[in-house]
Amino acid sequence: MEIPKSFLGYKRENGRAGTRNHVIILPVDDISNACAEAVANNIKGTIALPHSYGRLQFGADLELHFRTMIGTGSNPNVAAVIVIGIEPKWTKRIVDGIAKTGKPVEGFHIERTGDIGTVMKASKKAQEFVMWASEKQREECPISDLWISVKCGESDTTSGLASNPTVGNLMDKLEPLGVHLCFGETSELTGAEKVCATRGATKEASDKFMKTWSAYNDFILKEATNDLSESQPTAGNIAGGLTTIEEKAFGNFQKIGNCKFIDVLEPAEEPKKGKGLYFMDTSSAAAECVTLQAAAGFNIHLFPTGQGNIVGNPIEPVLKLTANPLTVKSMGEHIDCDVSKILSREMNLSEAGDKLIETTLRVANGRLTCAEALGHKEFVMTKLYRSA
Amino acid sequence: MATDIIIHDKKDNVGVVVIEKITPKQDCNCWIMEDDGSTNIQSMDEIPLGHKIAMIDLKEGDTILKYGHDIGKVVKSIKKGEHVHVHNVKTKKW
Repeated sequence: MEIPKSFLGYKRENGRAGTRNHVIILPVDDISNACAEAVANNIKGTIALPHSYGRLQFGADLELHFRTMIGTGSNPNVAAVIVIGIEPKWTKRIVDGIAKTGKPVEGFHIERTGDIGTVMKASKKAQEFVMWASEKQREECPISDLWISVKCGESDTTSGLASNPTVGNLMDKLEPLGVHLCFGETSELTGAEKVCATRGATKEASDKFMKTWSAYNDFILKEATNDLSESQPTAGNIAGGLTTIEEKAFGNFQKIGNCKFIDVLEPAEEPKKGKGLYFMDTSSAAAECVTLQAAAGFNIHLFPTGQGNIVGNPIEPVLKLTANPLTVKSMGEHIDCDVSKILSREMNLSEAGDKLIETTLRVANGRLTCAEALGHKEFVMTKLYRSA
Repeated sequence: MATDIIIHDKKDNVGVVVIEKITPKQDCNCWIMEDDGSTNIQSMDEIPLGHKIAMIDLKEGDTILKYGHDIGKVVKSIKKGEHVHVHNVKTKKW
C-alpha cells in the first residue's frame, strides 16, 4: 500500500496541526468543576473537562498537575481554552502556559465573584471562542504532523498475537515518514523490562528507561500488600488467557514493532527531540495513560484491546482495534478496526497494518471514533501522592 | 487447513488457542509464527479462545516460554495437551 503523504488537519498558531477543533472549558481544581460544566452547558460546541484534583498539591505532584493542565490546553486538537479556577494565581499560571502556543485562552477565577457571575463572564468569552473556532477549516497537513500515542487495554492473548503487532507494523511503516510516536505503561513492561531497555536508540535512552522502570518497581514493592497479582494481570486479562505479568509485558511490547525509542519522558512531558518513538513513564490504567499522552501533545491515539476496553478521551480521539472475534461480535460498537482475520490467517500482519493506517488517517481527517460517538470523555489526572 | 493453535516462537513450550474452543481429544493444527512452520497436538482439556495449551510435559519449577521468553514458572506439573493458566503457572516477579 502506498501511504498517503498528508491528512486534513487544523493548522495552529505554533505550527502544530490538530485532528480535532475543540473549545475546552478547563477547571483548575475540583471545586471549579461546577462552574466549568455550567459554561459548557450554556455554550454549545464547548466541552468541560471536570476532574478531581488541583488543591493543596505540592512538589513534583503539583508540577505534574500544572504540566497536565497546560499540556491539555496546548494540545493542537484544542482551538481555544477557557480556564476557570478558584484563585487567580494558579489560574493565571495555566493561562500563561497555554498562551505560549498563541491560541486564544482566557482565565476566570471564582473568589470575590461567585459561581453565577463567573459563569456569566466565562460564557460570554466561550461563545466568542466557539464561534471563532467554528470558522476554522481543515487544510492539507504533512503526515509528519501526526503525533500518535499508543496504549493497550483489557488485553488478552489475542493482543500479543495480533492487535499489538498490528500497531507495531503501523509504527514500522510510519516512523520513517517523520511522525512522533509514544508508548508508556511502565508497570506493564515488568518481565520484559530488560528486553525493552535494549530498544533504546542510545545508551542514554536505555539507561533512562531502566532507571524509570526500577523506580516504579521499587515503589510497587514498597506499597503493595503482597504483590500486584490482583491488578496485574487483571481479572479481564486472566479471563482472556493471560497468566502472568511477564506474558502480558511481552504482548504489550509488540506495539512498538522494530522501532527504537529516542528518549524517556516524564508523565505529560512534551517530546523535545523531534520525530521518532518516545517512552513515557505512565500508569497502565487506560484513562490516566491517555490523559498524560494527550497532555504531552499527541493528537491521535491507537488502542488495541482484547476483551474490549471502552476508554475515550475528551481531546485526543481514541481509535480501537481488536483481533478477538468474540469482542468484535459482542461489542462491535466499540471497535474501529477489526483485525481478527489475523487469527484465522485470512489476513497477514502487513495487511492489518495497512488497514490500521487507513483507519487512522480517516480518523485524523475527521471521522468520529467509536469512543467519540459513544460519548467517552475520560479525563483522569495522575496523582503522585497525598495532598498537603 | 484451518489453524487451531498459534505458537509465537519455535522455542515456546505453549501455544494459544485461536478458535472459539478446543475440546478434549481434539487433534489440533498448530502454526508457528516465527518460521511459518506447523505441528500437531492432541488436546487433553477443553481450552477456550486465547488460552494456552502445553506443547510438552512440564514439571514443577520448569519455565514457561512464550515469544521465546520466560513468562513464569510451573507450580503444578502439566501434561502435554493440558490447559496452562493461573492454576498451574505463576509469575517470577513480585
